[in-house]
This record gives sequence, structure tokens and C-alpha cells, in this order.
Amino acid sequence: MVEVGVEYTRVSEIRGPLLIVEGVSRASFDELVEIETIDGIKRLGKVLEVGQGKAVIQVFEGTTGLSVKGTRARFLGKTMEVPVSQELLGRIFDGLGRPIDGLPEPIAEEFRDVNGAPINPERREYPRDFIQTGVSVIDGMLTLVRGQKLPIFSGSGMPHNILAAQIARQATVVGSGEEFAVVFAAIGVQYSEAQYFKRSLEESGALRRSTLFLNLADDPAIERIITPRVALTVAEYLAFDLNMHVLVILTDMTNYAEALREISAAREEVPGRKGYPGYLYTDLATIYERAGRIKNVKGSITQMPILSMPADDITHPIPDLTGYITEGQIVLSRDLFRRDIYPPVGVLMSLSRLMKDGVGEGKTRADHMEVSNQLYDAYARAQEVRALSEIVGKAGLTGVDLKYLDFGDAFEQHFLKQAVDENRTLEETLRRAWDVLSTLPEGELTKIKEVHIKKYYKARG
Amino acid sequence: MVARGRIIWISGPAVKADGMSEAKMYETVYVGESRLIGEVIRLTGDTAFIQVYESTSGLRPGEPVIGTGNPLSVLLGPGMIGRIYDGIQRPLDDIAKSSGAFISRGIAVDPVDKKKRYRFTPTVKVGDELSAGSKLGEVDETPLIKHHIMLPPDSPGGRVVAVEKEGDYDLEHPIATLEKDGRRYEAKMYHYWPVRRPRPLKEKLDPEIPLITGQRVIDTLFPVAKGGTAAIPGGFGTGKTVTMHQIAKWADAQVVIYIGCGERGNEMTEVLVEFPHLTDPRSGRPLMERTVLVANTSNMPVAAREASIYTGVTMGEYYRDMGYDVVLVADSTSRWAEALREMSGRLEEMPAEEGYPSYLASRLAEFYERAGRGIALGTPERIGSVTLIGAVSPSGADFTEPVTTHTIRFIKTFWGLDTRLAYSRHYPAINWMISYSGYVDSIAKWWMKSVSEEWFKLREEGYYILQREDTLKEIVRLLGPEALPDEEKLVLEVARMIKIGILQQAAFDKIDTYCSPTKQFKLLKLMVGFYREAQKALKAGISLADIRSMQIITRMIKAKFEISEEEISKIDALYDEMIGEFKALTTREVKQVVG
Repeated sequence: MVEVGVEYTRVSEIRGPLLIVEGVSRASFDELVEIETIDGIKRLGKVLEVGQGKAVIQVFEGTTGLSVKGTRARFLGKTMEVPVSQELLGRIFDGLGRPIDGLPEPIAEEFRDVNGAPINPERREYPRDFIQTGVSVIDGMLTLVRGQKLPIFSGSGMPHNILAAQIARQATVVGSGEEFAVVFAAIGVQYSEAQYFKRSLEESGALRRSTLFLNLADDPAIERIITPRVALTVAEYLAFDLNMHVLVILTDMTNYAEALREISAAREEVPGRKGYPGYLYTDLATIYERAGRIKNVKGSITQMPILSMPADDITHPIPDLTGYITEGQIVLSRDLFRRDIYPPVGVLMSLSRLMKDGVGEGKTRADHMEVSNQLYDAYARAQEVRALSEIVGKAGLTGVDLKYLDFGDAFEQHFLKQAVDENRTLEETLRRAWDVLSTLPEGELTKIKEVHIKKYYKARG
Repeated sequence: MVARGRIIWISGPAVKADGMSEAKMYETVYVGESRLIGEVIRLTGDTAFIQVYESTSGLRPGEPVIGTGNPLSVLLGPGMIGRIYDGIQRPLDDIAKSSGAFISRGIAVDPVDKKKRYRFTPTVKVGDELSAGSKLGEVDETPLIKHHIMLPPDSPGGRVVAVEKEGDYDLEHPIATLEKDGRRYEAKMYHYWPVRRPRPLKEKLDPEIPLITGQRVIDTLFPVAKGGTAAIPGGFGTGKTVTMHQIAKWADAQVVIYIGCGERGNEMTEVLVEFPHLTDPRSGRPLMERTVLVANTSNMPVAAREASIYTGVTMGEYYRDMGYDVVLVADSTSRWAEALREMSGRLEEMPAEEGYPSYLASRLAEFYERAGRGIALGTPERIGSVTLIGAVSPSGADFTEPVTTHTIRFIKTFWGLDTRLAYSRHYPAINWMISYSGYVDSIAKWWMKSVSEEWFKLREEGYYILQREDTLKEIVRLLGPEALPDEEKLVLEVARMIKIGILQQAAFDKIDTYCSPTKQFKLLKLMVGFYREAQKALKAGISLADIRSMQIITRMIKAKFEISEEEISKIDALYDEMIGEFKALTTREVKQVVG
């Protein structure tokens, strides 16, 4: 267009992360804007609203130091784009995709719009390839499949990063020998957390097939709106253009949602729950839905967003809306964490929606789904009995109930608990599952078919 | 005259344009140079407020807006079954042909292939006097669906002056000519109908036939009638979507409309992948031959999500008018309500509760009012129904939030999903203490005639056991199970058997996924029968421990997935065996006493 790169200088208002420019004649919605301060410092922003001579611009790097006088806004005639190429692997960038590892800008194969476009549901390939993570509770009861989006719901101080890093190191599709490329986006997390992740990838040799985007706690908050989108745009290129299997880890989505709330508040929008904008669900979906597989394309995007639940509250809008979009959730339990059980996965609240399609005969083992259902059922009962025994004491329990108490302990110690560097095969996971199920009388196994009980149940004397 | 205006303001899916004095409310307009589809939702002077059904990224003030003169409408004609549409009836496979795996904007495609030829068989002859909505003939749309070609409900009707004889014609070919008041007009195999206007019926009938879904907790405890309404609210992970899929798979309707409204892309893919391979238990044909999908996933433009519900229900009413039983499942109405909220916010309307617009309740009422069973307009007489089933996704699983509370006012069957049941993997997690059905009495006649006279009584007894268990559980929670007398402990035991053996149903188990009404009845009889026998045995002095240790209990509980529909008589055998075992117990007891 003729007016691309046109500069406007009539800034009428600066409010929170927003910059309002007057006298704008031909800006477009969502357009990328370069803002230059009087001292020549450049920042990026995008148009949130345009019309009647006015443009509302959201400034990614914050408005600190901007003044009404002397600030210039240049409309770039395109939406925000990132360069993509294979060279991005092994590199570290900031939250907007600029290198921070001291190496030069990678040579771009192409530039891609960070907003992406929705995958046509008709062209999706339904995910069903079992990923072995080597973590019993996940492989056995919360099976992850290639192309799934499975978040970790955590709380402050809990080892979500350790678990995510363990999964990133150990994840394989059995028999394929293919390794995952890892795209890691730190969204407002502390330096030490990002470092842990980086070191973990380095030590396992996975860093050369990883791309890291770091927006740390002291980086501009509004930049966080862009960080996951930059990461996913790169992931889409690796997966759907270069046919790689990509594991995307986004941590911490709570910081993302807070940045979104900040912009919404500055725009004086009608808030939904807890001050978050009414479109939080839709907005989160534009991130989480960028996972999956596509017909006739070899690559895939498996997404593992991490979010900390404010005050461990799963009904808080961020985990709540996330759970409605993602295909299950891994919930970490404060209680197990206190009792020093790693991974502290609260299995009853956790779920993998795509498990049913990734397990069973020909994929894992014929009894897998039934075993998992029985473990859930029995552990739920064990929890009830535990609560009851606290009131009436062990003496008030019947024989079967006592068995369930034992089951609960065996489940946590023998099945759930494992070491941070322990990589269990699926066979071992299922063997352990049957070990703990065998602490119960055979008649209690109501979710398992006779054929499988005959084959695997080991009666205790 | 159509409106020709210019964009003056853009914010997300909301666009303002001036020069729009010719525009009408809810008129479809083309927005911008790339002709994005939008709908006028407010008029002030010559300024129109437009909701745009596609991403507005890159749109500029000054670009043109052109009216179409027509309200948002869908094309109704053969070729819709088996397809997947977006929220405004564009086939997603055709979109993929022009834009690849990712959806781009401004794509204009026909909802059905108008060039495809169908074998048309006329059912009227020259000289027949037809009224609006009358049938002209039929074509085979799929092996399951005979598609009736009808005059639109707003047609003037008239005398048939010409009609094509049996033969292959495409959709644009006029198949009949009618004359009314001296004016002649042609009818084709399709017509358009505005989505926000319900298609009228000649007469509404009472819903008295149950919609059999093959899901025990629904059919046996909380049934919905054909032409009825049901809502299924639940927090995430409680199994809304799985239940919706189960209904779409196994409900005994002839046509299923599945609306994925603001939900996951993979869920729609799952339907697309699975349904062609699943067979309808009644017709033996692939389920896809009776299904229409409307998919506007959560990451697709929000305004089209609002429209998708209307697009779906209008197609449903059309098949109803042919005399079919249609079931429409909408997953999830909460995302539709959120779309309303988002547009309302952009319009700067005064919000009611939680930011939702004040007209949320009336919009929900209008939607559910489009359910019903009735006689279609015109000739010959056709009775069809539209059953509406809406999923609700309450934030924080809190049923007091506005969408849930307003929905409950307009539906008659309520399946409340319970997070705690889901946590212990009791699926479907329909909580039997908060759920209800307003159709039990009106459909009891059907069950008693088609399955068994005993149905009503057994259902009542089974339900009563569950209700008593709920009260007793409170006591157990405080005092432990030993505080109860044996008679009440027995209630707990049988309730457990009913919960596992009947209410829990594995959607992904080959046998358990569908349960016929007869099997449902037999399982119910098995459990209630056990309770009756056990009560007698307790009175006769048998100890509860002896009853509990009966080996047959595990087999009774597992009957649901160990005994298939083909070998259903095995349940009768199991019943007899159970009665026999009780006899043996009592005789032994008598012997011991005597000896």
C-alpha cells in the first residue's frame, strides 16, 4: 500500500499499556506498529482498535518512558511476523523472538504471522500415537498421545518444571525411535526456573533440537501476549513444514492471562469473572488449539502448558477455562507434595481425554484401559476409607475397607512414586499396576474383564 | 436497493460502517475488499454495527460494506447429510480445497454441490392443489435418508401446472411449476430459509415417545422424549462431550445434527473419523449417513459461533418437516452465550450478570422453544420431531452461574454432571440426586407397552434404593458403616451394585457402549430382584456377611459388559441362578436351625 510506513506523531493519550494516536487515516486492525521515543528507542505494538481518526495501540514492551510529545508511531502495513527456519533449533530468543544467546539473527526461510490461522477440523488427523514418558502415573493412567494438549495445573513451589523437564527428556514413541524437538516458552517466569529447564535440556543433549523463548519475570508484561504465539508459530513451522514431532512447553500461562487482564482493564472493558475479560476463553483457545496433527503431514505438535493455580484453586478462571479447552489436565497435589511423593500427581483430579485412543490392544496392551479405570476406582475408594478411618479409627472399618487402606499406600509408594531420573518402560508400569491391584480381593476388580484377571492377577495368600 | 457503506471503525469482530441507511436489521453484508461475511446487529442513523464472521485482521477504515438485502440464511436441499460445515454453512472440506489445512478468509462456497444430480421421483401430479410446505417428490440422499422435496413454509402454494417425471436432475433444475392467483413460479430441489426464524409447524404434539439413547442412566432414570429438551451442565472433565457423542451415536433418531460450538477441533475430527465406521444398531448403516456436523471450534471467529446454533437448528427443523425424528446436540451453549457476551460488550451494552447481556435468557428461551414434535405444513401429513440437547459449561463447575440457571428454566430434562463422580471415574458422571426428567410419566406408557409392564415399578424401586443410600451415606460419614443395622447396610450394598452395574457405562467398551431398552430393563430387574430376595433372606435370619459373599454379585455387576445384546437371555439365566442361590442359602439356614 502507498501509505505503508506512514508515521503519525499526534499521541493523545498514554494509559497503562495503551497508546492512543489521533489523526490516523489508514491504519488497519491488528497492524504492527513501530513506536519511536524522542530518544530514538524503538518499541513494537499492535492496533487493537481503529477508526474515526483514532488508533488504539497496545505496546508490547510497555509504555514506561513514552511521552505524549515526541513519540512517533509508524504503521508497518502488516501484522506481527516472525522469521522461521530450521536454524532456530538450538537457539535462545527473547519473548518477541530476538536472539539473546549472543549469536546473529538466524537466516529466515520465511516470515509467518504470529497469530496463525485455525486448523480446519476437517483436515485434522485424530491423535492416537502413544507417547511413552517413562513416568508411571502418566503412561499408566494419563496417557499422552502425539498431537495432544495436556496442561499441568500446579501451585507455587510445586515441581511442575521438574516434571515437565523429565517428560521432555524421556518422551519417545515406542518403536519409532524418533525424538521430539522441544519448543520452550517461558512466560514471566523467574530466571532460575528458565535456567533449570535449559540446563536439563543441555545435559540430556536435547538442546540442539530445542528452541527457547524467554520472557522472564522482569521482562515487560505485555510482551507475554506475544511470547506463546511466537513459540507456536515456530512450532507449527517445524511440525507442519519440516515434519518434526514437536513438544511445546508453555510456562506459566497464569502470567499470560494476567497480562491479558491488564490490557482489558486499560481498555475499560466489561469484565467477566475475577476481572478477566469475557473473551479469555476464546483468547486461550487461539493458543491451545494450535496443537495437533494434520492429515498427510508427518509432524505433530504436542502441547504441555503449565499454569499455577492461584491459591491452588482449580475453579479459578485460568485453570477452569484451560481445562475446558485442553484435552485433559495433570493436576499436582499439595498433599502428596508435602508427603514428599514425586511426581505429586493428584490422579483423581487429573485426566487424559485422548488416552482411550492411544492405548489398548495393538497400541499398548489389551488390559491397559481397564487397569487404569480400576486404579482410579480403587484409589477413589481408598481416599474415602482414609477419610472415614480418621473419624471412626481403623477398628471401625470392615475387612474390605482395610484392604483399600493398604491399596492406597501401595499405590502411592509402589506405583506413583518414582525418581526424577527414573525412566520406566510401559511393561514395568503395568507390572507395578497389577502388583498394587493384587492387594485387593479379586471380586473387587469390577472394571476388569475376566480374561485379563486370569492372566495378570496375582492372588495374595 | 442494497446498502453500500464504508467502514469507519474496527475492533475485533465488531465493525461500524456509515452510509448504511438502506440496511436492515440482521441483514447479511459483505465487509471489506476481501468480502468477509457479516451481519447487521444494530442501526443508528446511517451507521450500522456489524458482527463479522471471519477474522478482521488487516481490515481498514474506508473499505466498502455491501448489503445483500437478505437475512442470514441457510440452503436447504439434498446433499447436507454426512457433511461438516462451519457456523455459517460453508462446507469445511471445500474450504480446505481452496485454503489448505488452515482456514483463511473470504472464501465463498456453496453449502451443497448444486451440480450433483439426484434421482427425483415426483409425488404430485399436474392439477394438484398444494399448500405451503407440501411435498413435491423425493430423492435418495443417503441409503438411510429419503429426502423430501418440499415447498418452503412461506411459499404461496397453488396448483401444479407442470412437474418433472422421474429422472436425474441437478439442484438448479426446476422440477415443478405452480400457479397461484394467475402467477406462475418454479420450484427447485432446494430453498433458502433465514436461520433466526423458526420453521412453522401446522400443529404441535405432545412428546410421549422416549428418545432411546442406549445410555442406561438416561433412558432408565432420566429420559428425554422425542421433541423434548435436555441440558447437560458440567465442569471440565465430567464427560459432557463423551455423553453428547454417545447420544449422537446411539439415539434412535433418523437424523442427527451435531453442533460443535466453540469447542475442541479434535472432537469434531473424532466424529468425522469415527462415525463412518460405526453402524447404527437399528439400520446397520454407517452413522455418518444420518449425521450433519456444524463445527465452529473455539479458535474460529467468535461471531460465527453465535450463528452456528441457528444454522444447526434450522437444518434440524427442515428434516423434521420431512417427518423425521431429529436430534440436535449443541456442545456447548455456554460458548454461544459467551459469543453473545463478547458482541454485547463491543456494542457497549449495559451488562446483566457476569457481563452477559440482559437478553441472554430470552435468547436461550427462543432456542429451546424450537424443539418439538408436530405435524408439518402441507400435504401429505408428516409427523416429525426435533429434540434439543444442550451442553452447558459452567465456569468453575458452579451451577448457579447465569447460563446454567437460565437454561434450566427452559428445559425439561436435566442431567447434572458431578465433578466428584468424575474424579472417581464414575461415568457417565450424571448425578442421580440432582438430575431430573419431566417426561417420565408421559413416556412410561411406551416402556410398559414396548418392554415390560413392570418397568415403572422397578424403576421406582431402583431409584428409591439410590435415594436411601444418599441419606444413609451421611450417617456412615459421621459414624462409620458399622453404626447401621443390616437392613440398611444391604441398601448400601445394592446401591453399589446399581451404581456400578447399571449407572456406570463404559462409552469405549464395545459391548457396554450401547444398551438396548430390553437389556436395560433386564439389568434393572436383576438388581432390584436381588434386593427383594436379600431383604427376604435377612428376615429369614441369613447374615449379611453370607449375602455379601455371594459369588454371583460380581457376575451380576459385570453382566453389562460381559453379556452382549445377542446373548441377552443369559441375563435371565443369571436372574434365575440368583434366585436359586438365595433359595439354597435359606434352605441351608433352615437345615442348620433344624439340625
